[in-house]
Amino acid sequence: MTAIASGAPGRTGRRAVAPDTRDRVLPWLALPALLFFVVFGVVPLVGVLALSFTTWDGIGDITFTGPASWREVLADPQLPHGLWVTFQVMALSWLVQTPASILLGTFLAGHQRYRAVLAVIFFIPLLLSSAAIAVAYQALLDPNFGLGAGLGVDLLVQDWLGEPHLAMGVIVFIVSWQFIPFHALIYQGGVRQIPRSMYEAAQLDGAGRVRQFFSITLPQLKYTIITSSTLMVVGSVTFFDLIFVLTQGGPGDATRVLALDMYKRGFQANLMGPASVIAVIIVLTGLGLALLLRRIGGASNPAASQLDGA
Amino acid sequence: MAVTVTEIEQQSAVAPARSGRRRRRTPLREWNWIGGTAAWLWLVVVIVPIYWIVVTSFKSQSGYFASNPLAPPTEPTLENYRLVIEADFATYFVNSVIVAVGTVVPAVLLAFMAAFAIVRGAHSRFLRWVNGLFLMGLAIPLQAAVIPVYLIIIRMHMYDTLGAIILPSIAFALPLSVLVLANFIRDVPKELFESMRMDGATTWMTLWRLAFPLTRPAVVTVAIYNMLQVWNGFLLPLVLTQSPEQRTLPLALWTFQGEHGVNVPAILASVVLTTLPIVILYAVGRRQLLSGLTAGIGK
Repeated sequence: MTAIASGAPGRTGRRAVAPDTRDRVLPWLALPALLFFVVFGVVPLVGVLALSFTTWDGIGDITFTGPASWREVLADPQLPHGLWVTFQVMALSWLVQTPASILLGTFLAGHQRYRAVLAVIFFIPLLLSSAAIAVAYQALLDPNFGLGAGLGVDLLVQDWLGEPHLAMGVIVFIVSWQFIPFHALIYQGGVRQIPRSMYEAAQLDGAGRVRQFFSITLPQLKYTIITSSTLMVVGSVTFFDLIFVLTQGGPGDATRVLALDMYKRGFQANLMGPASVIAVIIVLTGLGLALLLRRIGGASNPAASQLDGA
Repeated sequence: MAVTVTEIEQQSAVAPARSGRRRRRTPLREWNWIGGTAAWLWLVVVIVPIYWIVVTSFKSQSGYFASNPLAPPTEPTLENYRLVIEADFATYFVNSVIVAVGTVVPAVLLAFMAAFAIVRGAHSRFLRWVNGLFLMGLAIPLQAAVIPVYLIIIRMHMYDTLGAIILPSIAFALPLSVLVLANFIRDVPKELFESMRMDGATTWMTLWRLAFPLTRPAVVTVAIYNMLQVWNGFLLPLVLTQSPEQRTLPLALWTFQGEHGVNVPAILASVVLTTLPIVILYAVGRRQLLSGLTAGIGK
């Protein structure tokens, strides 16, 4: 029983389970999950590349047409526009979310009295579906009957979703509203792992708290920043639900991100070939960004070491 | 990485009982006025819309236009909720429950079996390959796969059924579930497996009688997390179903908004109703969920 106590799950001691080389049952245990994942994950990923070389209206027969769809999409000015809009959403929401999450995470890592209450309330936006958030904000931002008009605050009475640059701002705000709590939690965990002795030493050397933040907290959070940024950036490439319900890509095409472009081409215009091309571009963009951040993070990225240990 | 929020919260719960000196040693002992101001500011940003949603959902339509938007309703009414429930939300609620349970139960069980095999069979080339595949799977975005998934579902003659949502949802729940569960199974001491083996237990028995109970907190975490994902899922129901009878709550919310565009209190009542079950679930399993999220994602 001592063994249970000392090696209980969740403890840091990595006293790994001894692999069982004789066990012939084990591969069969993995098979059902593997089957599901291959059929609905791996095959579609390969399939989307194959479909990008075909013409298909979503109902009838699929015919191979070679690189026609690729030529069509690459020549379409909608593609650079979609990439640009996607990049804007990504960059702006990263710029808003990262400093705010670090600040909040650092604060929440302390032992102040209201932390527990704050942590509960902070988490609420993550529970709402993107559809619910979009529907609610649409009513809230209404220029005639929304919150701003009701309160009589002129500054808040804008055609938030009707002006291209305002709509972009609204999306960045709502994305941040939804996800800052999550990233603050990640940073909270990161700050908690910084050894206290570092702060004690800094205090002995006479470093103030601002100095401590920039010289200890921020550098120590490097890998946490990479992890959080990767999730943010890759997540924003595939952003769909919120923008679909909130603006349908409008006004005009001002918020038509790649994922929305794919949906509109595929499931509204019934052009599955070009839609598949966009899907491939989404995958490549997300993968490229993840690898780029991994490169910036260096080989000792905790996610990387976690993968090695697995 | 193995330090979870739950543990941290347990530690901090113990902290006040310790001497004052211990508390003073925390890095942020003084009032952090920059972070504190930001936190309270953020609290307002989070709470005001949520408060407005809840308050407005109890107002009559005329009351909504007439009153201060942040004031509580002068004559609270359940009329909006009645309207929403009469708009077949019970059907959509049942659909969401079927999809959520139908996804989460098989997904967690399959993921647990796979995670167990991956941890116990680390010497097997096949299982190492399976593990690598699931890790790569973390990077597959649902959006990218949705067109071929739609094709597969059509060819399986499952379009416009709840099963059409469930099957791909299971698949996309697997990678993260396997990763988190494997991390926890790895912490089960090997002595326990060995002694159970010597008592004549089969692999199947060590899986369900030893590893599963010992890692139950992780199993609950993974289940709640997946439940949250599936409950709020929008793209798969949008693409793979068509008829109103097969709608899940997020999709129903969106169509309800399209039909009752001007009736803001009713729309907000539908927002509250679709969110309520997940809030209750969260209230029950909050600590579990937070610990699993941080442990699953890394440092």
